[in-house]
Amino acid sequence: MAKHSRFTQGILKRPRWHISEQHSTPEAVFKARRQIVKALGLGAIGASIPGYVQAGLFDLFGEQPKQRFITTPLSFSVNAGFGQNEVQTPLDKVTTHNNFYEFGTSKQDPFENAQGFKTSPWQIRIEGEVERPMTLDISELIKRFPLEERIYRLRCVEAWSMVIPWVGFSLAALLKSVGVTSKGKYVAFETAFDPEQMPGQRNRLMGGGIHYPYVEGLRMDEAMNELTLLSVGLYGKTLPPQNGAPLRLVVPWKYGFKSIKSIVRIQVMEKQPPTSWNQLAPHEYGFYANVNPAVDHPRWSQASERRIGAGGLFSATRIDTQPFNGYGEFVASLYDGMDLRQYY
Amino acid sequence: MLRLTTKHLFWLKLLFHLIGLLPIAYLVWSVMMGRAGGDPVQHIIHFTGIGALNALVATLLISPVAKTFKLGLLIQTRRLVGLYVFAYASLHILAFFSLDLLFAWHLLLSEVMKRPYILVGATAYVLLTALSITSLKSVMRKMGRHWQTLHNGVYLIAILGPIHFYWSVKSEIIEPSLYILGFCLLLLWRVPTWYRKKRILPKSLEKGQVIKQTAITRSANEVVKG
Repeated sequence: MAKHSRFTQGILKRPRWHISEQHSTPEAVFKARRQIVKALGLGAIGASIPGYVQAGLFDLFGEQPKQRFITTPLSFSVNAGFGQNEVQTPLDKVTTHNNFYEFGTSKQDPFENAQGFKTSPWQIRIEGEVERPMTLDISELIKRFPLEERIYRLRCVEAWSMVIPWVGFSLAALLKSVGVTSKGKYVAFETAFDPEQMPGQRNRLMGGGIHYPYVEGLRMDEAMNELTLLSVGLYGKTLPPQNGAPLRLVVPWKYGFKSIKSIVRIQVMEKQPPTSWNQLAPHEYGFYANVNPAVDHPRWSQASERRIGAGGLFSATRIDTQPFNGYGEFVASLYDGMDLRQYY
Repeated sequence: MLRLTTKHLFWLKLLFHLIGLLPIAYLVWSVMMGRAGGDPVQHIIHFTGIGALNALVATLLISPVAKTFKLGLLIQTRRLVGLYVFAYASLHILAFFSLDLLFAWHLLLSEVMKRPYILVGATAYVLLTALSITSLKSVMRKMGRHWQTLHNGVYLIAILGPIHFYWSVKSEIIEPSLYILGFCLLLLWRVPTWYRKKRILPKSLEKGQVIKQTAITRSANEVVKG
């Protein structure tokens, strides 16, 4: 019984994983908090004041204030089923601290270089071992699947983490709608290839030496898991390009690099597809990339992580990393009998 | 031809102090203005690390520049620039320890031991600390000829530093590769001097022979040309 209730909403009894409202801070409160910090003008060194607020100052240094990408509000229901009793990372940190090498390897590069990215028109091709291959415009895709908000932890392989309210729909719903054939064992994803718009794809120095387009993949049972989300928004609005507009994957029990951004192609395959980071450094990045505090990356201990929260530079906290990023009860059974040291 | 006087030296040192301090001011400014991203921790660590490498390049450039352009007094700025390497490296480690590890001592110790790239960086820093402490003139006098032996350690730092950088990155290897190349050139430039010191100076009697050989080589070249 308890298992089914995960999918239901607004029911009398809250399942134990249900986030209680007093634990989840609404965006408005965050914004108000930031207003106070700004008003005080103290800045709590760093992070507290987003650059674009101070855009006027850049004129002094001969830089043009950048026009920001425009996001639009989405309508969605709230699925608090996977929410956590944790403070959400404020929107301005979620949108200015990104790994999206197509727009540069520094954390702030994607924010700086992606604002002019064109996400309309945007077509997504779903093909391979499916009964009804199709090409859909992102707007049709959003219409076809009801959107919901889910609060997930995002754990980067570099040992930092955030808590983000995503808006999207489950990948399983999409796969069911196209009908996976009996040969479909894996799902492969591909990011847009557009060197004109993505400077990292035309310049190795900016693009970190990755062979573009960026590709990722999941095993079919991982793809069909209820947690696996195709996201079109965060904090109630459409995704900014640095966060993977217009469509990205979110696989919360895996390291962030599995959550491929700006998807143009989803291909159901019989064999395990290649994945970008695995191609680049197979001894460091496996196909599975499950968050696992017991298996270190050669350069980062994965036992703990730095949670990027709501405060300034000195307010971050260091917390223990949980197996499967804390989603073990939903996904651990997928890996029964597998040696996760070998299949990292 | 430019001639360096002690008066020039004063202004040159002032200039070097400015060049050393301005990036730190810029870093503080960019972090406060949110120009360093939503979570500036990695940015600060990277920025100060690169700063240390840049200062080290500058330190190692002083002697070739002084020799090439016959600006002997320039050597007197070397300690100043070298201490900026130490300053940036200290900020780099402080940022790593305070902002990333959040003062977790056990994590610092285990990370240094477990991650080869951090061990390489830490080794360079220990050596750098030794050089900085012994950079006082009084210590220099007390140490006598051991001082030079110890301070040759800067060449080891010039090897370990860029290796640490190269090893620490995920995939963006071009920038660290450029540093490795740069340091290689700076070290290679010194090889003829070392060679002469090692081979010739202790056997100063053979000096004449070398000159003769050079003369022979020169005349041989002339023959070829002719």
